[in-house]
Amino acid sequence: MSIRFRLNGVDRDIDADPEMPLLWALRDLLGLTGTKYGCGHALCGACTVHVDGDAVRSCVVPLRRVSGRTVTTIEGLSADGNHPLQKAWVDLAVPQCGFCQAGQIMTAAALLARIPHPNDSEIDRSMAGNLCRCGTYQRIRAAIKKAAGTTED
Amino acid sequence: MLLARSIGATILIGGCAATGRDAKNSASVSPSASSELKDPAAFAGISDTAERSGALFLEASRVLLHPRCINCHPDGDSPYQGNLPQLHDPPVSRGPDDRGVVGMRCNSCHQDQNIELAAVPGVTNWRLAPREMAWVGKTPAAVCEQLKDPKRNGGHTLEQIVEHTTYDELVGWGWKPGAGREPVPGTQAGFGALIAEWIHTGAQCPVQEARR
Repeated sequence: MSIRFRLNGVDRDIDADPEMPLLWALRDLLGLTGTKYGCGHALCGACTVHVDGDAVRSCVVPLRRVSGRTVTTIEGLSADGNHPLQKAWVDLAVPQCGFCQAGQIMTAAALLARIPHPNDSEIDRSMAGNLCRCGTYQRIRAAIKKAAGTTED
Repeated sequence: MLLARSIGATILIGGCAATGRDAKNSASVSPSASSELKDPAAFAGISDTAERSGALFLEASRVLLHPRCINCHPDGDSPYQGNLPQLHDPPVSRGPDDRGVVGMRCNSCHQDQNIELAAVPGVTNWRLAPREMAWVGKTPAAVCEQLKDPKRNGGHTLEQIVEHTTYDELVGWGWKPGAGREPVPGTQAGFGALIAEWIHTGAQCPVQEARR
């Protein structure tokens, strides 16, 4: 079955099982490996992408659910890695191993798109489902605030 | 018997601590098997209409106070999960519209149907009940009074409650929760019939101490 959706600004047609998880389609069929497979149970956030601007866990989103919709992955967040969050991530050397960071950035991007200047509580609540085994949470929060322009760093 | 001590609630399912009027009901209607729900006709032997009404609601409360239902009728900003129940993992907040916060919306993970391989439950319109509809820790009598109060039942009439309980898809998920979860007793149609007959008999509430 062919499913059409707009991916990172380009219309794509995917011939696949409509129940295939979006993450599989992105990584295995479309070669976009920036989005990571973490737990496969929507528990860790590593696979977070945007569907119509909302952060979703692509490991549990059936491909049929994005038909006719707009999907953005970490590869499409900015043209050349200059999204304020990406720049803040580099400036503050946020990642350690890096595996969870694409998901972290995508959730943070959804947050800033809706709440441009979030407070600590809003950041914590929105980011609560994105796990980092390296424990970079403090740098993640600092980078979000830097990208939001709410710190002097 | 299920004890939900972690949230300060004591919910008895399958046992019966009936007193007064409901002790009389218990003598007239034998206890249900844990996975079954009695038909309204099973209560026909209770001649007093008010008593019958209360007994009907008490039976329906086995659905209303089942973990599949109360987990998303929480007493705070976070839902519960499991049969204990325990706080939702990952941690989530109800947000301004009872559907989560930015980045952690209910439908960020919960789809329009159960995702069996990932064991993620889902159905259309997955959301939390509003705070004023909290059932966690409540007795059947307290939930009964809540259901009749438009300020605490979403502004519904009793007729609308019958419609909601009988046909709503999110309510119906309780009977097909997937991934090895224990479903609520009986069937949605049977539950709707109990609620309809409860209302037909005057929507009387069981005594405060009654449990099923």
